[in-house]
Amino acid sequence: MKRRRLLAGPYLFWSVSFIIIPLFLIVWYGLTSADGGFTLQNIAKITTPENLKALGLSLLLAFLCTVICLLLAYPLAMILSQSSLSQSSFIVLIFILPMWMNFLLRTLAWQTLLEKNGVINQVLALLHLPAIDIINTPYAIVLGMVYDFLPFMVLPIYNVLVKLDQDMVNAARDLGANSVQTFLKIILPQSVPGIISGITMVFVPAMTTFVISDLLGGGKVLLIGNVIEQTFKQGNNWNLGSGLSLVLMVFVIASMGIVNKYDKDETGGAF
Amino acid sequence: MSNKLIDLSNISKAYGGHTVLDELNLYIRENEFLTLLGPSGCGKTTTLRIIGGFETPDSGQVIFDGQDITHLPPNKRQLNTVFQKYALFSHMSVAENIAFGLKIKNKSRQYIDDKIKYALKLVNLEGYENRSPESLSGGQQQRIAIARAIVNEPKVLLLDEPLGALDLKLRQDMQYELIRMKKELGITFVYVTHDQEEALTMSDTIVVMNQGYIQQIGTPEKIYNEPENAFVADFIGDSNILPGIMVEDRLVNILGATFQCVDEGFGKNTPVDVVIRPEDVDLVKPEDGTIRGVVTHLIFKGVHYEMEVTANNYEWLVHSYEMFPVGTEVGIRVVPFDIQIMNKPISEDEEAVNLEA
Ligand SMILES: Nc1ncnc2c1ncn2[C@@H]1O[C@H](COP(=O)(O)OP(=O)(O)O)[C@@H](O)[C@H]1O
Ligand SMILES: [Mg+2]
Repeated sequence: MKRRRLLAGPYLFWSVSFIIIPLFLIVWYGLTSADGGFTLQNIAKITTPENLKALGLSLLLAFLCTVICLLLAYPLAMILSQSSLSQSSFIVLIFILPMWMNFLLRTLAWQTLLEKNGVINQVLALLHLPAIDIINTPYAIVLGMVYDFLPFMVLPIYNVLVKLDQDMVNAARDLGANSVQTFLKIILPQSVPGIISGITMVFVPAMTTFVISDLLGGGKVLLIGNVIEQTFKQGNNWNLGSGLSLVLMVFVIASMGIVNKYDKDETGGAF
Repeated sequence: MSNKLIDLSNISKAYGGHTVLDELNLYIRENEFLTLLGPSGCGKTTTLRIIGGFETPDSGQVIFDGQDITHLPPNKRQLNTVFQKYALFSHMSVAENIAFGLKIKNKSRQYIDDKIKYALKLVNLEGYENRSPESLSGGQQQRIAIARAIVNEPKVLLLDEPLGALDLKLRQDMQYELIRMKKELGITFVYVTHDQEEALTMSDTIVVMNQGYIQQIGTPEKIYNEPENAFVADFIGDSNILPGIMVEDRLVNILGATFQCVDEGFGKNTPVDVVIRPEDVDLVKPEDGTIRGVVTHLIFKGVHYEMEVTANNYEWLVHSYEMFPVGTEVGIRVVPFDIQIMNKPISEDEEAVNLEA
């Protein structure tokens, strides 16, 4: 018993110093004013038009990014889970390889690709096609998010699909279901846990990012992450930054709550 | 038990160059309880999966009720499968599991409800409608898997080692349950097991398989009493398999001693395999036996004693109600009728025996 507590020591130290204390500090700063008195002002600041717009845009873009990731990731995960080991490890490698590169670099690469005189437009010009002009728009941000976060959607779905009991699928076929019915009634419901964790792993970073919007939005598109970053760094206002962070945290937790509740409604239904 | 319902003809199947089934021929009659019996890896599941439609043979045909169904997908076949590891849908209740096939066929709500009640009664699990499959024991899950299959009124039920995961007592109970259900339903069962006792208890017909070849097809009595080759004799129950020479009709030389037997037509001085079941070896006074030996092992088995008797350099396995202590000198005698003569296999894969059940 003592031994085990000893083993938990480093973890305890870690979580207290890097999770609990910072969280406490955010709550503390968020609920106090510069002179140290209790206030809800910082939190109420979310209702200014600019901040509300940033929050709304963040929600919208994160939602779009999650949906697109899901639509792209699910078929891919299915192909992966059904192909033979050598084939699938090759495809997995293709997908994992970019992940080994720093994600800032990858986002920067997209910036170069999408620029007015960037690689893509040069190629399009060569082919006498109209140039695309999406750099510094929300489209570019969604593109960057999808590119950066797609693997986080693929992997959890792939994981549930490879572990799916193949005989369960066979049983559905045996009982008369065609392949579409088998997918809708068996494979999809069985993969819900993977979908949920994929959604969580994509939605949360997409909702809170400020780097992608910085690099591909060119400072013209503000997400709630950018607002908070600027409040901390340029405004040097730790109280307001913390207050807005708290609001963002509530939104993230609420979103996850909705997703999980939906999950339970779907699968736990009575006959 | 009349006409052929399923006819497998010249079925071959290989996985990556490794032949699993080689030119297999087998027919299954209507209302038959047919068991595929053989050691693990001999191709039983593959055969069942080919009948069920989850696997396509490399060559050969599957005929069902006169129609070629070799390439028909499983959902179009009039048979249902009970999978080895149950394969219940864990995201559905027991009732939803059972209703699955019926809902696909758009049966009415009333019809489905009645069927669920009927099926749960048949498998002795009334009142379990709203339980989740994961809350059930292995035996109960097995029954639900059976209920889920039979509500679709298949002509044939395929069962892949359905009792394999259950403990001995439950397995024996379920054997009787299955026989009862089969009688009640009046349909054909194709049953896979590697347990020879289970096969002997339940089947009308046993198909003994080894390494992708059918070794023998017959009733349990025939398979047990008249194994056609050493593999079948060895696999079905304990037996003494001895090298022998057929001296002439009705006379066989075993380990240097001459025994009377009832077999004819092997020719003169032909090497053969001889099978003698342990319960058919009679231990008598040394001077009364055909061969003399010494008891080297003795175990009490409940109903009988199991002994090993070393005679003419062979360890004879003997089951007897009488006990002979280790070291006793005994004589061995065998009634002619209990000596089973078999041809020696010509080669390893000569084993495929044409069926004449
Ligand atoms: N999908 C598969 N891929 C490769 N080999 C297989 C496959 N299915 C079965 N086999 C091989 O075929 C042989 C027979 O398998 P199976 O029919 O499951 O035997 P049994 O049910 O009698 O134990 C085994 O050697 C097994 O390894
Ligand atoms: Mg098997």
